[in-house]
Amino acid sequence: MINDVNLNYLSPEIAMVALAIIIILGDLVIKNRQLLTLITFAGLLVPVMLTINLWGTTGESFNGALVVDQFALFFKFLVMFAVFIVILSSQDYLHRFTRYTGEYYGLILLSAAGMMLVAGTRELISMYLALELTTFSIVALAAFLKTKESTESAIKYLVLSAVTSAVMLYGIVLVFGLTGSTHFHGIAEWIGNSNVSSTSLILDSGTLGDGAIGFIGFLFILAGFGFKVATVPFHMWVPDVYEGAPTPITAYLSVASKAAGFAILLRVLYEVFQPIQPDWQLLIAVLAVISMFTGNLLAIVQSNIKRLLGYSTIAHAGYILIGVTVGNTLGQSGVLFYLAVYTITNLGAFASVIVISNLTNSEKTSDFIGIGRVAIFPAIVLTIALISLTGAPPTAGFIGKVYLFNAAVQSDYTWLAIVGVVNSVISAYYYWKVIRIMYQSSGASTDTSGDPNGNRVSASMNISLGIALVGILILGIAPDWILGFVENAVAIVQTTYPTA
Amino acid sequence: MESVTGAIAFWILAVAIIGCAVLVLTVPNIFHSALFLVGCLGGIAGIYILLNADFLAAVQILIYIGAVAVMLIFGIMLTQDVVKSNVSNHYRIPALGLSGAFLVILLTAIFGTNWQTQSPSTEASTGSIADALFSNYILPFELSSVVLLTAIIGAIVIAKER
Repeated sequence: MINDVNLNYLSPEIAMVALAIIIILGDLVIKNRQLLTLITFAGLLVPVMLTINLWGTTGESFNGALVVDQFALFFKFLVMFAVFIVILSSQDYLHRFTRYTGEYYGLILLSAAGMMLVAGTRELISMYLALELTTFSIVALAAFLKTKESTESAIKYLVLSAVTSAVMLYGIVLVFGLTGSTHFHGIAEWIGNSNVSSTSLILDSGTLGDGAIGFIGFLFILAGFGFKVATVPFHMWVPDVYEGAPTPITAYLSVASKAAGFAILLRVLYEVFQPIQPDWQLLIAVLAVISMFTGNLLAIVQSNIKRLLGYSTIAHAGYILIGVTVGNTLGQSGVLFYLAVYTITNLGAFASVIVISNLTNSEKTSDFIGIGRVAIFPAIVLTIALISLTGAPPTAGFIGKVYLFNAAVQSDYTWLAIVGVVNSVISAYYYWKVIRIMYQSSGASTDTSGDPNGNRVSASMNISLGIALVGILILGIAPDWILGFVENAVAIVQTTYPTA
Repeated sequence: MESVTGAIAFWILAVAIIGCAVLVLTVPNIFHSALFLVGCLGGIAGIYILLNADFLAAVQILIYIGAVAVMLIFGIMLTQDVVKSNVSNHYRIPALGLSGAFLVILLTAIFGTNWQTQSPSTEASTGSIADALFSNYILPFELSSVVLLTAIIGAIVIAKER
């Protein structure tokens, strides 16, 4: 009965889940936390090696439910990189919940397995389950601190993700009912043959075609993705969840979850709904514009650094949606490159926030006064990361934005590029305000250096800060190698199902 | 559902389901809401039986009435404050308007669509569902076990004290 099963294609995810189970079981017998962390890092090499092993392979398995291509592999690497940095930067944070170290690592790895699968699935039910796997782990991780704020953030994330999941499931049902297939190629084939268009819904309400219900289903599925990547109508959860969750989990949520969301968004839009692109292109552009403005304008008034970065991630989802709107090779590779840039930059920013807020015992930006003189290295990393988020040279963010805006201009979306530039200028205000506060001289809080709690920065923390710093600068100065790679990656998605 | 009795049964169930759903929202006691929800879910199981989807009907009764609804009732009874009051808020009118508009859009679209239909098969469906789960849909099937594992681990961590 089982035909077409190639477990080799699923091996990175299987290794990830196996590692999670080993860590959780190992937690029962291994009392030494350091050893458990070491085992996690060593074990993380296995899925990495298995992914490298799949390098250059293109193929499908499980009757088309699972696909291996450069696009999926790119996101698998991105997610595993994020896991690596998040676990590294958790080391100075773990003392808050030592008892659950094993479960903490295990849930991060399980969630990573879900995200890796999201990037490589071509079937709606698998896609839904992989997204749920991602969400469930993050809900539990958000509640880890067991404070009022942490619990609140977990409940908010759970309830809102349940609502959007229900909406997305209804969309999946409508699309399945119309097309008779949950596989992407089946749906794409149906759309190609039927010549549907949603314009019948909007323009000519007298004669509703099949397109109407399909488009409603499509919109519902889009709402589910919108929640994952935190674009504007579905962004309400971001500030509270980001503030309440443990900081490493906030970092993880802001990069890996968003990357996985954009992976499946690109794949669904351009593999399945490519034929009706004129119907949704403007919609995505509008989402991009309101996400950028909402994120940036609300970030200005934030006093908590985690909330500030939360609103900034909404704005960045907006920038990335510019590339999604444009959609040709240039736009799509811009999305992939920007996600790589954004991942490393945001991980650097959150890692330094962990160190700095450990020192000041506060997450308020106003308490960061003079921290540039006390915690020299974290402050430098945060400064570079914020410059990169603004999009100024010589950092990675500059190249990422130039690439995205260029893609928009080349495809006659100059107005989108202009909106993007305007927003970058707005964002400079609140990013640079944080930098200014850090280097302000006000002797008031510099005495934290003599804190008896011994808030020294661990070696692993410094390593993750160092990796982020080097990464931001390398992607900013010599981005050619990764640009060539992302262009290859999206070429495969574009040519898989030629439009009918 | 070709026969007259089938049609009569469908309309009785349909009216019962919608009636229960409306009552879930309108009765003042939240405990009664939960009981009407059970009626609503049971009616849907009845529709599954009409469609010869025997397995789905059994699952609907076992999981939704047997597990979900019972857990819901336990939750209500263990949470003292909510037993008597059904939380109400100021958004009643806007919400009604929004969901009404949504209903109109959805109904127009549903009636304007050429659905691919086929008459329900008369064979027992359990076998063919099993075949599909273990061949075409083996990936989501296996994946759901990992999702459940994650949910269990997460629930345990949240439930235990620090």
